[in-house]
Amino acid sequence: MIYEKTIRVLYVDMKEQQVLIVEREDLKQYMGGVGVASKLLEETMRPELSPLDPAQPIVFAIGALSTIYPVITKAVAMFISPLTGELGETYAGGRLALSMFSSGFDAIVIVNKADKPTYLAISPNDVKFRDARPLWGSEKDNVGRIIRDEERQYAGKRSIIRIGRGGENQVSYACVSVDRYRHFGRMGLGAVFGSKHLKAISIVGSREIPIRDFGSYFKVYREIYETCTKSDVMAKYHDTGTPINVAPLNAAGALPTRNLQQGSFEHADKISGETFSQEYLVRKVACSGCPVGCIHIGQFRREFAAHGHEYETISVGYDYELIFALGSFLGIGDPKDILELIEDVELAGLDAMSTGVALGWATEALKTGLVSLDDTIVPLTFGSSQEYRAAVGYIANGVNAFYKNLGLGVKHASKVYGGEDFAMQVAGNEMAGYHTGYGSLIGAMVGARHSHLCNGGYSLDQGLPIGKDVNPDDMAEALLKEELERCMLNSLTICLFSRKVYDRQTILAAFAGIGQEMTDDDLTAVARRIYAVKLRIKKRMGFDLQDIRLPKRFFETPSMHGQLDEAVAHEILMKYREKIAALDTATAGETE
Amino acid sequence: MAKVLKTGDMAKCIGCFSCVLICAAVNKKSHSLQKSCIKIRTYGGIAGKFVETVCHACHDPACAEACPANALLLRKGGGVLVDANKCIGCRRCVSACIVSAVDFDEDLKLPIICHHCGVCARYCPHDCLSLEDV
Repeated sequence: MIYEKTIRVLYVDMKEQQVLIVEREDLKQYMGGVGVASKLLEETMRPELSPLDPAQPIVFAIGALSTIYPVITKAVAMFISPLTGELGETYAGGRLALSMFSSGFDAIVIVNKADKPTYLAISPNDVKFRDARPLWGSEKDNVGRIIRDEERQYAGKRSIIRIGRGGENQVSYACVSVDRYRHFGRMGLGAVFGSKHLKAISIVGSREIPIRDFGSYFKVYREIYETCTKSDVMAKYHDTGTPINVAPLNAAGALPTRNLQQGSFEHADKISGETFSQEYLVRKVACSGCPVGCIHIGQFRREFAAHGHEYETISVGYDYELIFALGSFLGIGDPKDILELIEDVELAGLDAMSTGVALGWATEALKTGLVSLDDTIVPLTFGSSQEYRAAVGYIANGVNAFYKNLGLGVKHASKVYGGEDFAMQVAGNEMAGYHTGYGSLIGAMVGARHSHLCNGGYSLDQGLPIGKDVNPDDMAEALLKEELERCMLNSLTICLFSRKVYDRQTILAAFAGIGQEMTDDDLTAVARRIYAVKLRIKKRMGFDLQDIRLPKRFFETPSMHGQLDEAVAHEILMKYREKIAALDTATAGETE
Repeated sequence: MAKVLKTGDMAKCIGCFSCVLICAAVNKKSHSLQKSCIKIRTYGGIAGKFVETVCHACHDPACAEACPANALLLRKGGGVLVDANKCIGCRRCVSACIVSAVDFDEDLKLPIICHHCGVCARYCPHDCLSLEDV
């Protein structure tokens, strides 16, 4: 806890229905967030068992400055990913961080499998293992509603996180939804919930946390609040939101289209952020503690009867990554079709990015005859959304062998049916929406969780002048520098959209505001310590950068920096591998 | 001129909780949500409408009427001010308020009631709240 010398961990055993609270001083050296979560994962993981074995842990953590300053709104979840078979890490906003902060738990570790479907209700002075049998098989919205009614005295303070059918059926890229519009999207946390019979967690707290030195704290708070709301640092996230990226990425030839057969989409203007804002945006929502409010809600109506003008109205959260994965990547150029598909993926409880990329591969696999209509059931065709809508349900429910395999990830499916050259994944994780160049591609390979957010490689590409040759050593160094910096930022659990607000000077001021004197060197040391833990976890899971095989298409379809050269990519990768081999990962200054 | 808090533009609310957090911080020197005089919640989860619960600045307030110790002093412009020395912690004010705008501080054993300072309005990024002359 802030102001305290310890990290407070709640250990939960789903099988025995027992909990244990441990105050740990030794975890303070990892600051919070991803630092504490990595260490707890390292301690509790079982490398010898499969990712979905009940003994594997789920770890949640909030950061060292969670929710007491603006936009520090994320919680991190770590686990062994059923998708990649190694380090799983994912972040979500919503109200979870604030609720965990109020509960007084900095971290929660969940192990084992309940005898029957269960939801956890964490409230002041209690942790209940509640019957979730009636909720098993229910869509996530219903689950939220029922739990809200059950725990109704906590309105406005509670967070509810839950899985859908995809998680229950252990689809490798099933997500966990947080408070309706946010997600622990990537790497299959939903499947790990399913493997524990854990349908949902409701958490609320009432812990009193007095401010020690109001003057110092409020001065820093005010400055950060002003930067977030009055300067233009955060404006793009609130205004059009992340979909603002559709147009420039398309113009640069970096918008993955039709399973990355193309880097630009002829209908990009129809699915641009501007079009969504003008035609479909009805509302914006914020995570608790964020005055920016980047969550964009689009709305459309759907006729549900052939006659009589019968309509339902559907509200859906949309973002750039969803528009890429369920739009351009599938050749869909109608915003309404995209919103409808997002809603289906949401209800099924799947990760939108992995689902879109998996369906992109499946479409080409059908076209090239690797699989047949008997497998896909519907004729998956780029640009035709109704078949994709059906397929989303088929994946979530695992209706036949083909969809069961597709539900294990595109890497797995292409190994079974062929088509690995156009199965667009990196180390088992389906690609993100940036075909920007080496930064993006190698960034995803070397990133601890194989995400574009590990080191922001796409941003390095965007900063590189077009036509300029990349220097492999410089690129590897820049990726490593940013990977380390984000280990530190994610130990605070800031929303990465605010990374320009939270420069090092601001972070040190924020710590000083709560009476914690830190130095720039301290932040560097924390970053190294955390990265060392992550690298150890990956090594114990048998991961080695040189084992990654990329699909050929990354090198065939030109990126925004033209066609990428496999030899150059390999050189950057090997440079990075040398650099991390030189890091002290055995201890990195850690103490017992 | 006396001022009171108005909440006329809640349709613009994004649910950021800045008002709640800043009220607790400034008025109660606390990071805890439950110390705030203003509460934000939703009808029907996050997908529903955001609504506020805060003092309506009554001119003839039921909370003060219910107080047996004269601890709630009528405030110019509407609402009340809590006299901590007089409060006996009976919580009659809590149940008297039909809009549930009076909470109880379990640590200090005192009611939590908005005194219309307007800090929540100053930190509302969407101008849902305002401090107005009456």
